[in-house]
Amino acid sequence: MFDTGKVLAGLAIFLTLLTSPFWYGKGRTAPPALPVDTPEIQKLPVKACIESTPYMTASHMELLNEWRDAVVRDGKQLYVNHEGKKFKMSLSQTCLGCHSNKERFCDTCHTYSGATPRCWSCHVVPKEGRT
Amino acid sequence: MKCSRRALLKIAGISLIGAGVRPALEALGAGGSPRTLASPNRLVGKRWAMAVHIHKCPTGCKECIDACHRTHNVPDFENLKDQVKWIWNEPFRDVFPGGENPYLEKGPTEGPVLVLCNHCANPPCVRVCPTKATFQRKEDGIVMMDYHRCIGCRFCMAGCPYGARSMNFRDPRPFIKGINPEFPTRTKGVVEKCNFCEERLARGLMPACVEACKEKALVFGDLENPQSEIRKLLQTRFTLRRKPELGTQPQVYYLV
Repeated sequence: MFDTGKVLAGLAIFLTLLTSPFWYGKGRTAPPALPVDTPEIQKLPVKACIESTPYMTASHMELLNEWRDAVVRDGKQLYVNHEGKKFKMSLSQTCLGCHSNKERFCDTCHTYSGATPRCWSCHVVPKEGRT
Repeated sequence: MKCSRRALLKIAGISLIGAGVRPALEALGAGGSPRTLASPNRLVGKRWAMAVHIHKCPTGCKECIDACHRTHNVPDFENLKDQVKWIWNEPFRDVFPGGENPYLEKGPTEGPVLVLCNHCANPPCVRVCPTKATFQRKEDGIVMMDYHRCIGCRFCMAGCPYGARSMNFRDPRPFIKGINPEFPTRTKGVVEKCNFCEERLARGLMPACVEACKEKALVFGDLENPQSEIRKLLQTRFTLRRKPELGTQPQVYYLV
């Protein structure tokens, strides 16, 4: 084989460059801590979201899409969770009713993960009024 | 390992059946407890409709319009070209073109007439919408909009013979006086219109305009229910509908 050394060295450089974003980001991109200590949550007798935390973290967007279709297109207003408890399907009232810290709860994680949901161009954040 | 054609086909067939078991079980199990329910205290109707007593509307009264626009975060653009309206006043001759009597001196044909989306039984806006953002609810006939799906093509505005639809050519938020946090605003690039207060009916409330009217000029109810006030009213009184010749079957009736 010709130039084995050069080829291997080139491959090594190529792989290093290819994976450089991972090396660069290692250690400095810890996921943001999501504070769930809002006054509204403190007042709850049982501090639990409507579904389990891993499910909400991974699938809240699918749940919200399901809520959107149910409310707008099927005229349903209540969500029944795995325990049989009923909740009004409302992003700005039910979700933000407890998670009243939208900037620190929603926005930090969306910024971290590079997600740009367009919920807030129409849905009103309570208290903020005009945003 | 040698495998005869016969044995291979057998294994393949059994595997195919096996692969179909899970979807079949899931489909059978789907009839279990529903994850979403309709609100128990909602108003139930099969064909919502509205009757407007034109003669009861006092001159210059805007109570219903203000109540609706406040409830639904309807923006107030100063520029008439950009105007967004859910319920508004229109001169009689424009509401009922060809119906004017030039010799009538005073009467209901003189003042402005309240107009809103007619929630047609045969809605042209629904037919032309390419994304199904505008749709008709099967259970009560309300012509609804799903703002999430609207792409702002404005086919519905061209299709609606009553001009009941408005486009947000600009971001509406800065033009809303006081935002009602219980109802979303719209965004730039979507069309909007009256929704017969679908969100209030779901909570067991009458539409905001009907509730706001002190003169009781607006009657809202279920036309399929023979006992309803509106049905009895329409049985006994002569009414007009806007452009009935178009076959859209408007569900807003005018008592002249």
